[in-house]
Amino acid sequence: MSHAAKTKGKLAIYWAASCGGCEISLLQIDAKILDLAAAFDLVMCPCIADGKVRDIEKMPDGAIDVCLFNGGVRTSEQEYMAKLLRRKSKVLVAFGSCASEGCIPGLANLNDRQSIFDTVYKEGSATAPENPADCRPQQATPVPEGTLHLPLFYDTLKTLGQTVAVDYYLPGCPPEAGNIWAAIAAIVEGKLPPRGAVLGLNTTVCDECKRKRSEKKIRKFHRTWQVIPDEETCLLEQGLLCCGIATRAGCGALCPQVNSPCIGCHGANEGVEDYGARLQSAVASVIDSSDPAEIEQIIADGIPDPVGTFYRFSLAGSLLRRKNKRASADGVGRG
Amino acid sequence: MSDPTFEPKIVGFCCNWCSYRAADLAGTARIKYAPNVRIIRLMCSGRVDPGFVLSALANGADGVLIAGCHPGECHYLSQNYKAMRRYHVLKHTLAALGLEPDRLRLVWASAAEGQQLAEAIDRLVEDIRKLGPLRWPANWEAEPCCQEAVESIAREHQEAMEVLP
Amino acid sequence: MARKIGIYVCHCGSNIAGTIDVEEVARWAGATIDGVAVARDYKFMCSSLGQQMIEEDIRKKGLTGVVVAACSPHLHEKTFRRACEHAELNPYLCQMVNLREHCSWVCADKAAGTAKAKALVYAAAERVKQQVPLEPMEVQVNPATLVVGGGIAGLQATLELADAGYHVYLVEREPSIGGHMAQFDKTFPTLDCSACILTPKMSEAGQHANVTLLTYSELEEVSGSVGNFKVKVRKKARYVDETICTGCGICIEKCPRRVVDNGFEAGLGQRKAIYTPFPQAVPRIPVIDTAACIWFDRGKCRACEKLCPTNAIAFDQEDEIVELQVGNIVLATGWKLFDCHKLPQYGYGRLPNVYTNMEFERLCNAAGPTNGKIVLRDGKTEPKSVAVIHCVGSRDVRHNESCSAVCCMAALKFGHLVLEKTKAEVYSFYIDMRTYHKGYEEFFQRLLKEGMHFVRGKVAEVTDAARTPGEEGKLIVQVEDTLVGQQQRIAVDMVVLMGALEPQADAKELGLKCGISCSMQGWYTERHPKLDPVATMTDGVFVAGACQGPKDIPASVVQGAAAAARISGMIAKGHVMIEPIVASIQEDKCSGCKICNTMCPYNAIEFDEPAGVSRVISSMCKGCGTCVAACPAGAISGAHFNNAQIMAEIRGILWDAVPSGNGQAPGVPAAALNP
Repeated sequence: MSHAAKTKGKLAIYWAASCGGCEISLLQIDAKILDLAAAFDLVMCPCIADGKVRDIEKMPDGAIDVCLFNGGVRTSEQEYMAKLLRRKSKVLVAFGSCASEGCIPGLANLNDRQSIFDTVYKEGSATAPENPADCRPQQATPVPEGTLHLPLFYDTLKTLGQTVAVDYYLPGCPPEAGNIWAAIAAIVEGKLPPRGAVLGLNTTVCDECKRKRSEKKIRKFHRTWQVIPDEETCLLEQGLLCCGIATRAGCGALCPQVNSPCIGCHGANEGVEDYGARLQSAVASVIDSSDPAEIEQIIADGIPDPVGTFYRFSLAGSLLRRKNKRASADGVGRG
Repeated sequence: MSDPTFEPKIVGFCCNWCSYRAADLAGTARIKYAPNVRIIRLMCSGRVDPGFVLSALANGADGVLIAGCHPGECHYLSQNYKAMRRYHVLKHTLAALGLEPDRLRLVWASAAEGQQLAEAIDRLVEDIRKLGPLRWPANWEAEPCCQEAVESIAREHQEAMEVLP
Repeated sequence: MARKIGIYVCHCGSNIAGTIDVEEVARWAGATIDGVAVARDYKFMCSSLGQQMIEEDIRKKGLTGVVVAACSPHLHEKTFRRACEHAELNPYLCQMVNLREHCSWVCADKAAGTAKAKALVYAAAERVKQQVPLEPMEVQVNPATLVVGGGIAGLQATLELADAGYHVYLVEREPSIGGHMAQFDKTFPTLDCSACILTPKMSEAGQHANVTLLTYSELEEVSGSVGNFKVKVRKKARYVDETICTGCGICIEKCPRRVVDNGFEAGLGQRKAIYTPFPQAVPRIPVIDTAACIWFDRGKCRACEKLCPTNAIAFDQEDEIVELQVGNIVLATGWKLFDCHKLPQYGYGRLPNVYTNMEFERLCNAAGPTNGKIVLRDGKTEPKSVAVIHCVGSRDVRHNESCSAVCCMAALKFGHLVLEKTKAEVYSFYIDMRTYHKGYEEFFQRLLKEGMHFVRGKVAEVTDAARTPGEEGKLIVQVEDTLVGQQQRIAVDMVVLMGALEPQADAKELGLKCGISCSMQGWYTERHPKLDPVATMTDGVFVAGACQGPKDIPASVVQGAAAAARISGMIAKGHVMIEPIVASIQEDKCSGCKICNTMCPYNAIEFDEPAGVSRVISSMCKGCGTCVAACPAGAISGAHFNNAQIMAEIRGILWDAVPSGNGQAPGVPAAALNP
């Protein structure tokens, strides 16, 4: 990290539809936060610092050197901020899984605004006892002092890349502190791949995993609570649906190290368009049966939630992006 | 609700050795069948990547057909079994994503079965015609209110003080 | 580099232009698709003028890709690739669109056909933009050949290759080569003695310096690919040491154990427990039938061992696996006879004097169980009348749909032999008289003159239930004479059933070992039924003779010779060019998960333990692409069928499906959206 920089750059960190974990992970760069502070003025970070949107709007375009944007885009405010920060930033980074591929909030794409609001506000939900009139969020509410505005809640969560042009992606839920620091350093030193690239390794978690591997032939998939796996052998070979085979490396295979199958938070490998397609193809290919009825049973028993298994982090960024809106409550589509 | 003028657009993935030749045979025999399946030639049904099916749906297909050699007769020995397994897994995922099961179909056809393939295509087209257009890209078309809502934020900010346009 | 695609829409006379507006498709393609430098329509693209048109455009306009919308690529892909090559454009930058077999010939509605055509052309144009130059791979051809099956087809192939100077391993499951032809008496239409024309070939094969005979052996395993096969052959234990045995035959003479010979003698005669199938067997080395041998049964005897002058009997012999390396394989495994028990209405197995065609051959054969006398099962009574029933198990949806090709001629031959050797009347009960080859129709006319009786009708039943005194003790053939329109009951002494030719019971299994498939009926699938009947879809594996479909001896000989000619050409050239449609693994992306290695039925993906990555052995890869689709890291790509190409094809094929407006398809860069 060059301390020769005389003027500080401008850094913006914004969170959209996210959980706050990315900010915590950023803080885990520990003492390097002092280097960060030495190199940058933090012009906006709703979590840990003061910074007004009005001030950002007043800046000239491209005034912000780096913007780390985490969270998916599912409200009009988030879309507005994404577009604003894109205009005002030289380098816009989709920081973490939410911004890159939708992550867990993206699983709301299995529903729509109506059913989400019904669940949250309607009688029978946790909120309902305090909401007997079934009030719903309104975009504009006149009050004596003026009009109060709430953003519009979208049916579908978008990734940052589906909203604006993104310069770099940093994968992970959240990105590991070491990788965050490496990315910031690369940006500061200008040692970057072509725009649009993912700042990460281009192989999968198996490369970092120490477990012993041989032939994969699965007759039964186990849920994690059903078995205690042995610590030496590949988890997938033991029938656990370890997503490490399709997940980008960079985390050091943390979860398999503690006897837990990878759930895929680091996203797809380099050049892969749809994470779930890769995972489904590989997992299906190693099912040890050639009988259709038996195959059906193996899947029904072992993969009761295919979207949650194959697209846990990547639904919003996948080829199909969301559940068919015209599907009825029982899941079957209507024409 | 079904539109009688609806013509499904279906992408068919055919393996070079069996099903593609079956389609050729149907042609040589001048068998007439529904023109709605547009065939993409692959060397083997084992090449069918679930991503192909998803891409077809995401690009507006109303249905997808995968056709390969009969189990036990794959030109590459056992690769159609892999296609079969992927098809079953994909079916589950697509059902969870609200796709009607009839829209994705796996069919086996040997190089001699031109008639049978034509009939299977006719049945598939009819089944999808009854289901109506899928138009998956419409799922992520922005609702008209979204653009308006984003623009109104700009206006709200302008109403407040100290804001330059 | 800017893309300059040439699009050529063929009329194919009226084959395509009759149902598709080809001029409109060409015009539309030029106006609509990005990167199209020229779009033409022409009457016959495959003609030399059509090809020249492409070549000129490549040279003059600097085309970077060519789309030919015409017939099926299975017909003319090579043609147009060659045209590109002539004009120095890499042949893999050419893509065909199947507008004929998949479009104009199957669609009656012009509007719908034209719309489908447009989608297919758009798809090809998008695909070709993603295609990259590829070079075919050269593979050396091992000059040795494996021929499986020592019948007439296999013998012909073997001798032609051996005479050309190339080594042949001839594998035959029976103890002797010769096949079914060795069992026949005479052959039609010349009435040559079958053994007389066959045995010279057999002995030549047995003595040829370039032939290694592996009789009483089976093909166990095949690996590798054209030019370079590794095969394992199981030499079953004969319990006779072939290096010492002189073929003197004393063991056979002295063996005390006689059993019914259900093989060569079709159950009509007997043989010993140690035997050669027939006197002119090649090799003359006997075999011990362990099911019949007293030693293997109860631990006694061993007379053959005691009496063998050279001590060649070896009761401790075991099966031996021989490993061979060959460049090509010919399957000439022939046929088996339909089991006539399956048509109980003809009484086979129940009524003693009902014979199958193979049994009758043995009856007629001078070296057969009756020394060539045509007699009933009692071994002495000459029949006064013989009925020959055609199509037993052939042309029958319940058994074999196909015609067995040879039975009509064989029936006529039987008729002639009966008339020649006995004073019997002989009847043919036929559906059609299929005498189609050279000299066959003349043979039929000859039998008409010789006085054979012909009744056109499918026999309903053969019974011994007499209705009149004249029918007592006879076999009655109940049939409708369709030319006269009357039911007939014809009483005969002997009935010969022309049983169907069927594929061998393990034909499919053997085919799969070699990587070829069978038709629904079980005959090996040729590369093209009209234009390429001996090659198969698997390079380096050929089929010859009846295993490809019922046929007579001349046709079997021709196919054996054809397969040999093909292989000779390949060996003379020294190498073959293999299509470069192979998978390759990007090693830095590979994490060594080991999912791909077992995806490959050809074991073409090896794992490099120290490096922790998998690698495709290109020469063994057959290009199916299954590993490409399976790789969870997206580290494997399939040449000429890679993801970029197929995804582009999908987008093009649905050009008219994506709704216009703000519904952007995925993969569109976000920069294209309004910021």
